[in-house]
Amino acid sequence: MNDKPDDKRNWWQRLKGGLARTSASIGGALTDLVSKRKLDAAMLDEIEEVLIRADLGVDVAHRIAAAVGKDRYDKAISSDEVKAVVAAEVEKVMAPVAKPLEIGTDKPFVVLVVGVNGSGKTTTIGKLASKLRAEGRAVMLAAGDTFRAAAIEQLKIWGQRVGAPVIAREAGSDSAGLAFDAVQAAKAQGTDVLLIDTAGRLQNRAELMDELTKVVRVIKKVEPSAPHAVLLVLDATVGQNALSQVEVFTRIAGVTGLVMTKLDGTARGGILVAIAAKFGLPVHFVGVGEGVDDLEPFTAKDFARAIAGIDG
Amino acid sequence: MFESLSEKLGGILDRLTRRGALSEADVDAALREVRRALLEADVALEVVHSFIDEVRKHAVGATVIKSVTPGQMVVKIVHDQLIAMLGASADPINLDAPAPVAVMMVGLQGSGKTTTTAKLARRLSQQMRRKVLMASLDVRRPAAMEQLAVLGRQVEVDTLPIVEGQQPPQIARRALEAGRLGGYDVVLLDTAGRTTLDDAMMAEAAEIKAAANPHEILLVADSLTGQDAVNLARAFDQRVGLTGIVLTRVDGDGRGGAALSMRAVTGKPIKLIGTGEKMDALEDFHPQRIADRILGMGDIISLVEKAAATIDAEHAMRVAEKMRKGAFDLSDLRSQLAQMQSMGGMAGLMGMMPGMAKMKSQLASANLDERVLKRQMAIIDSMTPKERRVPDLLKASRKKRIAAGSGTKPEDINRLLKMHRQMADMMKAMGGAKRGPMAGLAQMMGFGGGAPSPEDMAKLAQQMPGGIPGSPPGTLPPGFPGASGLPPTMPGMPAKFPGMPGLGGRPPGLGSLPGFGKKK
Repeated sequence: MNDKPDDKRNWWQRLKGGLARTSASIGGALTDLVSKRKLDAAMLDEIEEVLIRADLGVDVAHRIAAAVGKDRYDKAISSDEVKAVVAAEVEKVMAPVAKPLEIGTDKPFVVLVVGVNGSGKTTTIGKLASKLRAEGRAVMLAAGDTFRAAAIEQLKIWGQRVGAPVIAREAGSDSAGLAFDAVQAAKAQGTDVLLIDTAGRLQNRAELMDELTKVVRVIKKVEPSAPHAVLLVLDATVGQNALSQVEVFTRIAGVTGLVMTKLDGTARGGILVAIAAKFGLPVHFVGVGEGVDDLEPFTAKDFARAIAGIDG
Repeated sequence: MFESLSEKLGGILDRLTRRGALSEADVDAALREVRRALLEADVALEVVHSFIDEVRKHAVGATVIKSVTPGQMVVKIVHDQLIAMLGASADPINLDAPAPVAVMMVGLQGSGKTTTTAKLARRLSQQMRRKVLMASLDVRRPAAMEQLAVLGRQVEVDTLPIVEGQQPPQIARRALEAGRLGGYDVVLLDTAGRTTLDDAMMAEAAEIKAAANPHEILLVADSLTGQDAVNLARAFDQRVGLTGIVLTRVDGDGRGGAALSMRAVTGKPIKLIGTGEKMDALEDFHPQRIADRILGMGDIISLVEKAAATIDAEHAMRVAEKMRKGAFDLSDLRSQLAQMQSMGGMAGLMGMMPGMAKMKSQLASANLDERVLKRQMAIIDSMTPKERRVPDLLKASRKKRIAAGSGTKPEDINRLLKMHRQMADMMKAMGGAKRGPMAGLAQMMGFGGGAPSPEDMAKLAQQMPGGIPGSPPGTLPPGFPGASGLPPTMPGMPAKFPGMPGLGGRPPGLGSLPGFGKKK
């Protein structure tokens, strides 16, 4: 339990780097509130508020605080114990959803990447492509964000960096048509993994979501089993709206897993706990920086410890 | 973005307003729910605390308990407090400095800086006739500089030529130099996205500030941001010193708590909001209107402004005249539908109307969205001109043809015809009305009205804030056209749009509008 393999400590260090200030503030708050006190209702309220501040949402924060209080009510408890219990409760929720993205045997294995504007889809695709290339797979990228200015150029630069061909059309063209071309090209070239970028869209914009439905439909025309994975990219700063994003994107595009980006800021990404509690969707990766290698597998224990503010 | 919060608060406060006398416990219980609603809307915890404290201070006390309608008093306090939190008045971009005026945009990655920069450039050049230069200082993200260049071409604003290998402060100096030499009024500096924890990047932002001495430093922030909104607003304010905030993705269905949080912790005004993907989707922020919207009081002023901007007044007059004569045919119906669509569709309109937030969700579940408008127009498009004039011609075989032509079913056509018939009947009835609520309605529909003059708009703006807050949220003014029968008799809906330009068109105009301004 204490001796983590090298790569995991690596992840831990990165996440800790990213969550440093956050952890300090959460840990600090927890320390302040439990140093010499009995676990009473007021303290549970404070624990709840600390969790709310981490974006866990009112309901989940309340549930976790209640779980912390169970069997321990009215007993003296140290701050470290409280943190450990909070971490354990968060981990309990997150453990079932911490699953790696498994590249199946289908060839090409088609991965569709969706999300709202600015969540980090294109950058995530770049990092993911680099990872898959490092595993020795033949990767192809499809520049499906035909709307945002220069999104295609951005993906092309990533393609050059990681050595993956990029299927693109001119800006403003039909993204479903492009997805069609890309799946065909990937089939023809014997590509292992095809990563398809999409334009950012807010989930309440019906016309944009219809467009996404069409992309999925067209992909299925070429390859009925595709897309084999649909990743929803969430920004760590997002609040309760993420619940609505998960719900709608899952309904429209059949999201199979989540990626959380930008965990290197002060945002805690606690909304993942609320999402896990409500939807149970797998969380595959976290983005912890701007470097090409800053995409790491998600692990429940590290995340839970980071939320609770446990060091090392 | 504020609808859900507004629904929640509306429900809580509704219950409160129905009560006669209020005890302290009643107020406390309501405030607990207000707290929860605000937290679920992503208002930062510390801001929620101070908000609730402030409301309680005003609410628990002699004024409320003794007032005739204590519930309404609490509603008013919550409303006033929301406005206080959002800032009392609109605070637009300030360009009051010697040219070239530098405006610097900062924010996290993906908050929408580049898009907002281009939108702002377009607004300054097209609406305010300024000569604008944009420069991208983002040397980090691949193709960021190209993105701004492409957007610059789209909005017809010059961008600083890209020179490889320059550092951001250098580029900033070069941009201002180019601004001076080229006779530009405004230079917009789009900086790279950065996390507040990245000391090197935050130091770079400070360097850029020192190099460019910007008159405005705007934090571009996503309105979907959660509790972190306070951290980032505070951090940017401390390290770089903000002059204002631009909220993006306000067209999302987020509840907008970030707006309250960032304004509250920095004291810096929200200057602009981004409301869509198109380059013209950037609007001034009006705290009063948003507060009204949060409380379910609607955003009538925005609606009227939008209507005035969209509707062809002359055409509306012609339609109104036809309606009065009861000669409202299907071509007229089609142009009504098209107007609704260009005003942002039903969802957009409903969101702006008082008390409509609740109905909006019902509408959504009834699937009455943009697609319905489009389909209805397709049906009419598939008719011959004669059929449009004389709908009675439509028998089974013609309906079949139209259904095939428009990709719909004969039932859809029947539904459309029924809606048209009801509208025509209603209009005929109104045409004859002289007194009572209907007279006001008739005026609103454009009988004898023209497009509202700027003076009328100003008058409207003055009257609205005073008149509406006192009325209980969720209550529709009697006679608000079509609203009473809304979800069941949806057909009545478009009826109220034809005459928007008539709103306030004839003095005293507003006073005779049923339910607005005077009603309590």
